[in-house]
Amino acid sequence: MRNTLTLLLMLSGTWFLLSGHTSPVLLSLGLLSVAAVIACTSRLELVDDEGMPVHLLPGLIRYVPWLIGQIIRSNLDVARRIINPKLPISPSVIHVDAKRLTEVGRVTYANSITLTPGTISLDVSEETIEVHALTENAAADLASGEMARRVQRAEGT
Amino acid sequence: MSAAVDILSAVLLLVGTLFTLIGGTGLLRLPDVFTRLHAASVTDTLGAGAILLGLALAAGWSLLMGKILALLLIMALLSPSAAHALARAAIHGIRRPWLDEAQK
Amino acid sequence: MTLTVTLIALLVTMAFALIRAIKGPTVYDRILASNALGTKTVLMIAVLGFVVGDPELYIDIALMYVLIGFIGTVAVLKVSEFGNLGQPQSHTDAEDT
Repeated sequence: MRNTLTLLLMLSGTWFLLSGHTSPVLLSLGLLSVAAVIACTSRLELVDDEGMPVHLLPGLIRYVPWLIGQIIRSNLDVARRIINPKLPISPSVIHVDAKRLTEVGRVTYANSITLTPGTISLDVSEETIEVHALTENAAADLASGEMARRVQRAEGT
Repeated sequence: MSAAVDILSAVLLLVGTLFTLIGGTGLLRLPDVFTRLHAASVTDTLGAGAILLGLALAAGWSLLMGKILALLLIMALLSPSAAHALARAAIHGIRRPWLDEAQK
Repeated sequence: MTLTVTLIALLVTMAFALIRAIKGPTVYDRILASNALGTKTVLMIAVLGFVVGDPELYIDIALMYVLIGFIGTVAVLKVSEFGNLGQPQSHTDAEDT
């Protein structure tokens, strides 16, 4: 029930954001299409905790600002190395541990790694994530496991 | 107040422009596809983020701002997925990334 | 003024990406370049809307373009890795074994 309500709110919000109409006729048509989508998704049994991960939101709100700070920091580092040819790059491939994360955690972790310039996840398996790092610093930062700990705390396990 | 917002918006746009150019340069300058992926992610994160935030400030409080922020969110969610798909395909296709001399 | 500078810089970056797409050398470099080109196009459409003075219309186009660009990249990657887009012949293969 709570998941259906979240879906209703999100769909209505998206509809209004993309259309911007306020006349009663169009609003009721929009509500009709939202109802149709909810009917379809409930019949497909997609409206569950996995489809509507509301319970992850509080952890995410704490995690995202730290991630943005991290992205800006490594952006500056990579940008400096691109502009100045004297600064060395030393690409390496490392494996980081992902055993203790759940499936959602692994996806978040791998996407955060890729989103941060300087590190890209090459291959994700049950136990480890293969990462290509541009510099030694980036590789060392990731190997310290700070990000994995934060992801773990964000998903509350 | 409005002048301050205008200045902040212009600064964000210029920062985004700078990082976009740097990312483009890296795309040309770096030695192989994996290192170039790092350069592309510079433009995808800070370049696009700063430019779109600057535009959102220029738009002011309106539905347009919401749309620009939605665009930013979509780009932030899709660009790592595309980058990972590319990196995974490349590591399966090429198999040996260009590594530092010391580590060979 | 700032918008024009941003627009020109985006065009220059797109030219860089185009050079990379032509030079290659591997197919992944070309896909990466075309993906970067798509990202820059989205940003350019958004900025262009403000330059022209009708941002509402252009942002909608940009929203569409980012989604289509992602699907396009993934589709090209899938073709380059498997040689097809998932034709049903794999189904008959499974029946044979």
